[in-house]
This record gives sequence, C-alpha cells and structure tokens, in this order.
Amino acid sequence: MRKSLGLLLVSVLTAAALSPAFAQEGVPDRSEIDIIVVSHGAAADPFWSVAENGVSQAAEDMGVNVEYRAPETFDMPRMAQLIDAAVAAQPDGLVVTIPDADALGDSIRAAVEAGIPVISMNSGSDVFQELGVLRHVGQTEYEAGFGAGERMAQAGVDNALCVNHETGNVALDLRCEGFTDGLGENAQVEVLSVSTDPTEIRNAVQAALTRSPDINGILALGPVSAEPTLEALRENGTAGEMPFGTFDLSPNVLEALVDGEMAFAIDQQQYLQGYLPIVMLTLYEQYGLLPANDVIMTGPGFVTPENAQQVIDLSAQGIR
Amino acid sequence: MATELRSRGDERLRRVSPIRRLLARPELGAVSGAVLVFVFFAIVAGDNGFLNFRGISSWLEVSAQLGILAIFAALLMIGGEFDLSIGSMIATAGVVMAIPTVEFGWPLSLSILLAFATAALVGFINGTIVNRTRLPSFIVTLAFLFILRGLTIGFTRLLTGRTQVRGVGDHLAGDPLGRLFHGEILGLPISVYWWLGLAIVASWVLQKTRFGNWIYAVGGDSEAARNSGVPVELVRILLFIGTATSATIFAALQVIDFGSADVSRGLLKEFEAIIAAVIGGCLLTGGYGSAIGAVFGALIFGMVLQGIFFTGINTDWFNVFLGVMLLIAVVFNNFIRRRATEASG
Repeated sequence: MRKSLGLLLVSVLTAAALSPAFAQEGVPDRSEIDIIVVSHGAAADPFWSVAENGVSQAAEDMGVNVEYRAPETFDMPRMAQLIDAAVAAQPDGLVVTIPDADALGDSIRAAVEAGIPVISMNSGSDVFQELGVLRHVGQTEYEAGFGAGERMAQAGVDNALCVNHETGNVALDLRCEGFTDGLGENAQVEVLSVSTDPTEIRNAVQAALTRSPDINGILALGPVSAEPTLEALRENGTAGEMPFGTFDLSPNVLEALVDGEMAFAIDQQQYLQGYLPIVMLTLYEQYGLLPANDVIMTGPGFVTPENAQQVIDLSAQGIR
Repeated sequence: MATELRSRGDERLRRVSPIRRLLARPELGAVSGAVLVFVFFAIVAGDNGFLNFRGISSWLEVSAQLGILAIFAALLMIGGEFDLSIGSMIATAGVVMAIPTVEFGWPLSLSILLAFATAALVGFINGTIVNRTRLPSFIVTLAFLFILRGLTIGFTRLLTGRTQVRGVGDHLAGDPLGRLFHGEILGLPISVYWWLGLAIVASWVLQKTRFGNWIYAVGGDSEAARNSGVPVELVRILLFIGTATSATIFAALQVIDFGSADVSRGLLKEFEAIIAAVIGGCLLTGGYGSAIGAVFGALIFGMVLQGIFFTGINTDWFNVFLGVMLLIAVVFNNFIRRRATEASG
C-alpha cells in the first residue's frame, strides 16, 4: 500500500514536471490562458503591423488572451524592461524577438527560470537554445541575404547598392553581409545608410547612382527604403532596367513586381511569425505539444513578377 | 502704430550705408554659412553630380521641405515659443489626407482641406493651452508630440489594419488642390516654389505689417507687449496654427509625391526645423531672427544632408559628418554675425 502510494506520487510528480498545468487541474480552459508578446518592432513599422495582425488573429482563433508590447523605437534596454514586466505578470506563455542576445539574455533567462514557456520569433535563430527558449519561428537573415546575392549574381550583377534604413540593427547588417557574399568574390557592394524620410532616401539613391554609374543592382532592406528607391529609378527612367530587390512586402512593392519594375521581394511571412507561436504556446499549455523542429522556418520565400499577383490582395489586408 | 515703429526704424537706419545695413541683417551669417557649405561640396563632389541640374534639384528639394517647416518654426521662435509637435503633425496630416480619400472615397481636395482644418485645430489647442496655463510651450507641444503620434498610429491601425495607407496617387488626376502639391515647374520640384513663396510672404509679414511687429513684441517681452495693446494670446495662437499648417504642407508634398501616407513620417523633423531656424539666426530666447535666415538655415542643413551621398564617403560616418559640417557652418555664421554687428554698431 505504502509502496503503491509512493509509486503514484512519483508518477504524478513526473507528469507534473513534464507538463505542469496538465497535472494540476486537467486541461486548462483556453480563455484562461494568458500570453504576452514582446517584440523589438514598433507598431508604426508596416512590417511589424503585419506580424501584430498575425498575433491578434491567432489570439482570436485560439480563444486565448494575448497582449502585444513593443518599444516605440529600436531600443534594447527598453525591450529588456518590457520582458521583465511581462515576467512579473506571470503569463502562461511568452513570445519574444531576440535581435540582441547580450542585452536581452538575462531577462529571457529570468522568464525561463520562472517557469514560463518562451518561444522566440523573427530574430534570434542563432542564440535561442542557449537561453532556454523552446522553439524559434523565423528566417535566418544571413542566408536570406545570401540568396538575394546569388539571384543577382545570376543576373550579372557585380556592383551593387545595399540601402539600409535602420543602421545599428544587427539583422539588417547580416542581410547586407549575406548579400555581399552571395554575389561572389569579385563583386562590389556599397552600403548606403539612409534615414527613414522618403524624400531624403529617394534623392540619396539618385545621388549614389549619379556618382557611381557602374552600379548595376540594388537591394533594399525593407519597404521603407524600397519604395523611395523605386521612385528614384522611375524618375531616372531606369526602373526595371537593373535587378532591384527588397526584403519584405508592401502593396507598392507587389505592384512594382507585377509591373516588372522589381526583380524580387524576399518574404519572411511575418504574419506566421506572429501567428504560430501563439498556437504553439496554447497547445503546449493545454496538451504539452511542441513541433519537433527547433527552428520553424517562415522564410526566405521569393516573391517574383510571376507570383506577385496572388499575394496582392492579402497584402492589402495586412496579412502578407 | 506700425507706421510709427517703422518710421522710427527708418530714421535709425538712415545714418548707415546700405552695405552696413546689409551686414547688420540677422540672416547674413546663415547666407555666408550656406556659401561655405556649397563651395565645400562643389569642390569635393562637383564632379559626382552635386552641381548638375539633377543634383541641385535633389538637395534643393530636401532643403525646401525642411525650409517650409523652418520658416514657420522661426516665426514662432521669434514670438518666443517652440512647437515640438510638428514632426508628429506631419504623420497625422498625412493619414488624414489619405484615409478618407482611399478608404471612404472622398475627393482628394476635401481630404486635404480636412487635414488643414485638423492642423488649425491642433495649432489652436497648442496655443490655447500655452496661453491658459502659462506653461513653457516646449512642454505643452512635447505632450502633443506623443499624443498626435499615438492617435495617428492607433486610428490608422484601427481603420486599415496597417500603418501605411497607399493608393493616394490614383485619386490625383484632375484634383484641383492635389495639383498644388505635385510635380515640377521648370524642372524644379514644386516644394521649392512653396519654400520661396512662403519665405517671401513670411518676410513681408515680419518686416512690413503690424502683425510682424506684434510677433517681435510678444517674443521680446510679452508683458510690455500686452500693456501696449498687442493681442498677445491671439498672436500666439496664430503662430501655432502656422507651424501646424507648415507640417501639413510638408505632409501634402510627400503624400502626393509618393502616393502613400505612413504613420512614422516626420520623425525628428521638429528638431531639424528648430536647428535650421537657429542656424538662420533666430535666438532660442525669442524676439530676434528672420524668415530669410531660416531659409538659409534649411539650405545649409539640406545641402549637408544630401551632399554626403554625392561625395562617396562611407555613409556609416554620416552623422559625424553632418554634425561637424553643421558646427563649422554655425561657428562661421556666428563669427560673421559678430563682425557684422560690430560693423554696424
């Protein structure tokens, strides 16, 4: 009797260790699950706006409570504070982006130590495991940039411009780096650091093209820089003449693809980056389920003039 | 009263030669600074397109858009106040133009008028709060920097699910007001003409009208101005409406040019406008300065801002370069101004 009681206790404890919520009160009701998302992307950024739409839709579909928080600008200490605040609120799950592991590591470890299941998305594919994060949902930046470089190399590009509108963001630097390596050894890449003002970007690109007429390919790192760059090419009358690609989609980028003014856009499907972690955390909380892959890749997918039309409507709805 | 003041001023100036009179102008330093910056880039980047027509049009456009803000920031600063909300007002005005046009099918002109009405309201609220509370406008408009940006992001996301509203360009054809903010005249972007036009109007108001005298009086000593019958509160409110309106003109130029509005437009423009006004000879304490000075302040800023892209200098060093050039321009500007004041004194 004593022995069997002990066995029972052990098995209950083991079950509790494997999935705590499960053992205590059976399957928790979804409406009682609270998840907090802390990303580095300001709500004002069109890219993050789509990711946030994915988060909201998943919250609605799963029937769980989700709060989305992000600093107003790219600010790592501020983001660490937001994670600390999230940990203090003791949610049932936490989703974070990890653009800077040094700045955010302690806060994320604290969440893991507090027993909160954490999933990272968008950035952090290289560091999430060391921090105790369960899974990562996103694209690897260097490889995506490398792919863009390879594509342009095939089109004969050997002197390219990489337009960076967010200097200091490691992920964007990695894209330019991958791009440079993907183009091959003999190619030249000039990184143009610009502000986010559209007139300034357009005129800066025009100036760079006037100064260096040998440039025969352009990569923008997001719609913020891609759209004014497109305007610059249109005004020069050279839109569609040289390979011009960008990271991430916007309705204007898609239209330019359909019109053949751009060669490709690298889609990392950030809607999925927002959506999937909520689904995963909900199922983990309820049933202890998790995908077997450590990194769930959402990109890079290349949108080209051939397949752009089909994503245009979705983009207008804030899904692509 | 205006004629009185003016004739007294004329009397004082009659004793000095026209050259000295020119040297005593507050904008002389900024003009010299602009010449210095221009010569620098002409030498360093002249061959790379800084001096050809496209190049000139490129940096003139950036200067012009900033200049439109700087002229009104200068007027307000002469009147003794600041407006930190104009950067956010640019985003607000942009989406107020774009959302009714694209989402609700309004004619573009009507949306533009709504944006200007919104600007007038924001300016009125800013001015009224400053008048009623006597708090520094720095603080009041700083609050509106956040409030306007937040409202813009919130409403745009609520109504469209995105942060960028596009498709304004499709509504431009045949639109009477839209045409005022679009295109080129004689190869130069229309913003350059707005810039010059507003500079002429602002200078005329400052130099030749009673209202101009009021602005200097309010900025110099508002109590004294009130005692001599200047409607101080009204002047302030009109000046705040002016800065918000300039942000709306800026927004219209960009929204119609690029066909889209974006909730993050105009970041840091409030500081750039104030910097341009100060380079142009406005005092941070009010009561002194000119609109032409702000024009040249914006020209210096715009040339430096765009010039680096013609030089081929690695743009990682951009901010260092920008800071150093501005410092040199301002030090030189100050030096000339001091010489000029001595010459005329």
